[in-house]
Amino acid sequence: MMHLHRIAAILLRQFYLIRGSPARLLPLFVWAAVDIVLWGFITRYLNAIAPSGLDFVPSLLGAVLFWDFFTRVMFGVTTTFLEDVWSRNFLNLFATPLSISEYLGGLVLSSIATSSVGLVVMLILATVAFGLSFFIYGLMLIPFLLVLFLFGIALGVLACALVLRYGPAAEWFVWPIPAVLSPFAAVFYPLSTLPKWMQYVAHLLPPSYVFESMRAILAGGPASGTGLLWGISLSAMYILLTGWFFTRIYRHAVRTGLIARYSAETLS
Amino acid sequence: MITEHSGPLQAPSATKVLSVVDLCKAYGDTVAVDGVSFDVGRNEIVGLLGPNGAGKTTIINMVLGILEPTAGTVLIEGMDIARHRGRVLERTNFTAVYAPLPGNLTVYQNLRFFGMLYGVNDLARKIDELLQQFGIAEFRNTKCGVLSSGEQTRVGLAKAMLNQPHLLLLDEPTASLDPASARDIRTKICAFAGQEAVGVLWTSHNMVEVEKVCDRVLFLSHGKILLAGNPKTLPREYGKETLEDLFITVAREPLTLESNGT
Repeated sequence: MMHLHRIAAILLRQFYLIRGSPARLLPLFVWAAVDIVLWGFITRYLNAIAPSGLDFVPSLLGAVLFWDFFTRVMFGVTTTFLEDVWSRNFLNLFATPLSISEYLGGLVLSSIATSSVGLVVMLILATVAFGLSFFIYGLMLIPFLLVLFLFGIALGVLACALVLRYGPAAEWFVWPIPAVLSPFAAVFYPLSTLPKWMQYVAHLLPPSYVFESMRAILAGGPASGTGLLWGISLSAMYILLTGWFFTRIYRHAVRTGLIARYSAETLS
Repeated sequence: MITEHSGPLQAPSATKVLSVVDLCKAYGDTVAVDGVSFDVGRNEIVGLLGPNGAGKTTIINMVLGILEPTAGTVLIEGMDIARHRGRVLERTNFTAVYAPLPGNLTVYQNLRFFGMLYGVNDLARKIDELLQQFGIAEFRNTKCGVLSSGEQTRVGLAKAMLNQPHLLLLDEPTASLDPASARDIRTKICAFAGQEAVGVLWTSHNMVEVEKVCDRVLFLSHGKILLAGNPKTLPREYGKETLEDLFITVAREPLTLESNGT
């Protein structure tokens, strides 16, 4: 049985840390805002030199916003976990009645809170400064955000499991994951642009269905309902798989003694 | 070798807070804990003693459920930690010099965070009470990372008592305290242990302290319990003047005691 007060404790701890630290508060929205400003001007320039009638704002700036949202969700999970790594808190934390599902629940809740801040700032900037209208995506905006949110959670949990398994130095695994995935996810170009083998990989990545649907809507066609449903299903499956994987890694750490001697990174 | 249990396993008694039965931990070929069995009763303070590397912290980690035994059982109030981890840890707590609370949270924030994890009722009142009890009220809004080691020890103890544990594990709780503070802390822990239903497992390298506070001691050597008994009478039983002399013999010549004890 999950206890909400334990999940809330993880969220509250993150609130305390963010409230007292500009180094934690600013990254919630600054990098996302910088991305929107940069790509906002790029799209403005492309609109100026492109043949009349082409509008790059919803396709490029919209894609940047969606991808940054996914990244914020993933980093929301991992940074909450990394707080326990940085403060060497595993011993105190895992000697409490907190279960793994409650801990992961706390990481997800923290991510919802922190990624929402980034999303709101990006929405305001993109709409007010660069005229991006989200009405253009219609109700499909909801499944778009849902797929990206779920996949962000799944990748965040996977990254936490890797850091738990390979020690604090494995933190470098976390940060490049979105950059490594972005060429496969067809964020800025149609899937058909990719060579066949990359397309096979893309079909396993839920965000590719979002960006394909986004471009379909902008081209005046309908979004692929089947594709989005497949994206949601894949994301949900990845959450279950990565949750299972994290639990396995945790049990391995308890069996080998890594939790108690985490700073050693390995026990060999 | 003397162990607490010599006969067949028995059902845990209602008077026992902790029952450790045939506990083993091996890392590959290295055996850290080798068939250790002992109990901690209610209102009892048991000292777990031994030289560095004897297996004390390994045992404490297994009792806390953060290290899986290779074999054996840990029962807290009759419940196996392997099967009832959440329920068992609700009534257990610990503090250790090697596990300070996060230094980037204030004393109050740490106590609130851990209080919520332990599901403490009326948490605000409990925190105020503990801040007063351990003389750390003035550091309420100070980050733990800037406190002296003695102050951090007191915060750790306050955390350890948040959930009114029935089993309290203390790994060298007074190691970084000056003698006056150490005496004060010992008094507080003893008063806490005097409450109904509380049992304490205490490790320390300060034999004077151990003799003062512990009702019973277990001497560990190479992962095994070598000696057990009353800290006030045990040295004489083995022809030693003081508990410290006995400790040194355990550390340097455990085989001589092993042959005497069996």
